[in-house]
Amino acid sequence: MSDVINTQRAKKQALGPYGRVGKSLDELDDRLGLARGGRTFMDKIFPDHWSFMLGEIALYSFVIIMVTGVFLTFYFIPSSALVTYHGSYLPLDGQKVTQAFSSTVNISFAVRGGLLMRQMHHWSCDIFVGAIVVHMARVFFTGAFRKPRELNWTIGLTLLILAIGNGFFGYSLPDDLVSGTGIRIAYSIMESIPFVGTYMAFFIFGGNFPGTSTIPRFFILHVLILPLVILGLLGAHLFLLVRQKHTQFPGRGRTEKNVVGSPMFPVFMAKTTGFLFIVSGITALLGAFAQVNPIWQFGPYDAARISYAVQPDWYMGFLDGALRIFPSWSFMAFGHTIPLEVTIPAVIFPGIIFNIAYLWPMLERKFTKDNEIHHLLDRPSDRPKRTAAGVTVLVMLSMLHIASSTDVIANFFHLSLNAVLWGMRILTVILPIVAYPLTYKLCKELQGVRGAGKRKTPNIVSRTAEGAYVATPTPAYGEDVGHELEATPVPAYIESEPEEPLESGVRTVDR
Amino acid sequence: MTDEHRTPVSLSGLSSNDPRLQPAARHPELVERVISVCFIVGTLCLAGFGACYWIDAQPWKLGATLGAGLLFLGIGIVAWGKYLMPRGPFVEERHTLANSDADRQAFAAAIVERGGSVVQRRKLLGGLLGGGMGIFGVVVMFPLLRSLGPLPKRTLQHTDWRSGSYVVDQSGRRVEVGDLAVGSIETVFPEGTENSDRGQAVDQTVLIRVSNEAFTTMKGRETWAPHGYVAYSKVCTHLGCPVGLYEQELQLLVCPCHQSMFNVTNGAVPQFGPAPRPLPQLPLYVDSSGFLRSQSDYHQAVGPGFWERS
Repeated sequence: MSDVINTQRAKKQALGPYGRVGKSLDELDDRLGLARGGRTFMDKIFPDHWSFMLGEIALYSFVIIMVTGVFLTFYFIPSSALVTYHGSYLPLDGQKVTQAFSSTVNISFAVRGGLLMRQMHHWSCDIFVGAIVVHMARVFFTGAFRKPRELNWTIGLTLLILAIGNGFFGYSLPDDLVSGTGIRIAYSIMESIPFVGTYMAFFIFGGNFPGTSTIPRFFILHVLILPLVILGLLGAHLFLLVRQKHTQFPGRGRTEKNVVGSPMFPVFMAKTTGFLFIVSGITALLGAFAQVNPIWQFGPYDAARISYAVQPDWYMGFLDGALRIFPSWSFMAFGHTIPLEVTIPAVIFPGIIFNIAYLWPMLERKFTKDNEIHHLLDRPSDRPKRTAAGVTVLVMLSMLHIASSTDVIANFFHLSLNAVLWGMRILTVILPIVAYPLTYKLCKELQGVRGAGKRKTPNIVSRTAEGAYVATPTPAYGEDVGHELEATPVPAYIESEPEEPLESGVRTVDR
Repeated sequence: MTDEHRTPVSLSGLSSNDPRLQPAARHPELVERVISVCFIVGTLCLAGFGACYWIDAQPWKLGATLGAGLLFLGIGIVAWGKYLMPRGPFVEERHTLANSDADRQAFAAAIVERGGSVVQRRKLLGGLLGGGMGIFGVVVMFPLLRSLGPLPKRTLQHTDWRSGSYVVDQSGRRVEVGDLAVGSIETVFPEGTENSDRGQAVDQTVLIRVSNEAFTTMKGRETWAPHGYVAYSKVCTHLGCPVGLYEQELQLLVCPCHQSMFNVTNGAVPQFGPAPRPLPQLPLYVDSSGFLRSQSDYHQAVGPGFWERS
């Protein structure tokens, strides 16, 4: 009996202090040499500020997009060949539709769980692009894009463009009435580019609209090529994040030389895994209760038919709005046409916006002559010009977004379409112009507010010999006046609990 | 919680009884109970999801059970991480990314000196190889692009309407002069294209009967609208959407995409919206048997603008 116990103990001892897990890790380290790097990774510190969660939403939506998307590829047929629909959705019975359309209707009605997967796929894409935009706004307004992170800003912006593009390709695949109209518009936008436009359109779509190759080509772009590029860039984005470590807001103990927060294992891992579940859960609930893109109601695409009040997915709204409110300026001379009414709002304008965004870190470095490495974030109000510029662009894009529903607004508020159109034209120009000085002024005011952007200082409340209480604020930390805050030791009179407070009649109160 | 413990420290070398390693919750047992409830409810929901899937329940039930299950598990896990794990804060030192000057110089030297000496002394080889690769690139790219589609040529400039094409509706029936009442509208095609992609996309035409007798929309188009039948290209000159709405009282054709409006009575001149050009008008005639036919193709290219459009 005791022999058995002894052998067990001996076995346990042979395994070392960390048991089987430790032994397996040793074996792994023998082969891959992971121990030191692994430990550093487990200890990697993630800041706790909520705004760092926005990028995680984007990442996890992408995970959901991939999982649900793989499910959809099992049942979707990317072909524009015509078939007669005989499925479980009776109103379409006997209609000639493309295989793409009929297989999408089948996913929605005949495949178990198919409609949920389709709706989750669509919703998570809307969330994906939205999360990227909000994450980008966070990075922009807090100056997280500054040296050394310019490259990651560039990668992130490219990811946004790819996400929008892949959203468009995916939205086009079911070949329903609304998506087909979207492709028609995309074709026309491409055609509008001077010199090369028609060639580009013919090569991309495989001929004059509607072309025969659109759906198979969009399919392979949507499920293979763009996802691969996105995955690669996402990997690079995360690699740079680990390599350069997180930025952080200034505060107690936080300096340019450290990162303060929770370690990768177990705290961050738990929080982020839970967050993946929460994002997936919310997406599933949206997919369950919020109908999106009911293509069987739109019907199959027919180039000669159209539906009323068609709006694209939200991230294309600004383009559609720009196309709606831009005046009908067409250049026609010398036997050539430049459709400025399309080229300017749909090609040149987004080109300018995205190029400014790409160049912004460089421009800011040039104008502020600030070539330092920054790991501590700015408060937006401390950088009034940058904040005002960002708000200006966001206001303009929002106005264009609203302009993409001029007809709906006119209907809803019983206004004339003309009034709404002119209203949106004026607002799109005026509001951004107003937004800049307004934001600038607001930032300046915020800077002046006592205590804004500065660490709280303790008030010393003292009782005088007569028994009256007097509160004296202690002076602000000297470094708080500047932009970057160095960690300051906490004043000694707070840390030490007064031993005999009542005798001296003075108590310090920790706020 | 005393103030001192809010000062971040490094994880490594922290004694195991350091307050920063204690859970953040004030009542860990209570939190543990709440989390257990979350996990139990979440697991039940996910089991329900399985059951719903098994019996092929309605999609909303699938989504509701899946969503609620994931949400409860997620909230539980986050709470576990937030309240029952070391509260910190912890700090990690940041090492400067830049290497020492010696390392940088060694790296630069490796590329410039070593590489330079090999390449610069063999300029001819470098030039030849570079030229070869460049030509290869062009040669590869060009046919790759060119195979993707046909050249536009003049296919955008004309449609399938010919002199004498019969006007047919979507089912292929020829339109006779008595078919449409005044004020009604029909989408028509040149006979034989009504079922083709190109017919739908390019040749589509709106036929509107505006009156009983011959109608003139513009000077020079006196014979184009016999018996009040006016025909315009249905492809919007803005972005190519079908101009599908007809406002009968104002006699306006409206494109639902971006709200361009075209006046039917005066040659479809854009009245409102972003469209820059009138819709091209199709010249019609009525043959001896009373069928509507086209005199010719459109006189301009239909649809949105492009560089080669004259």
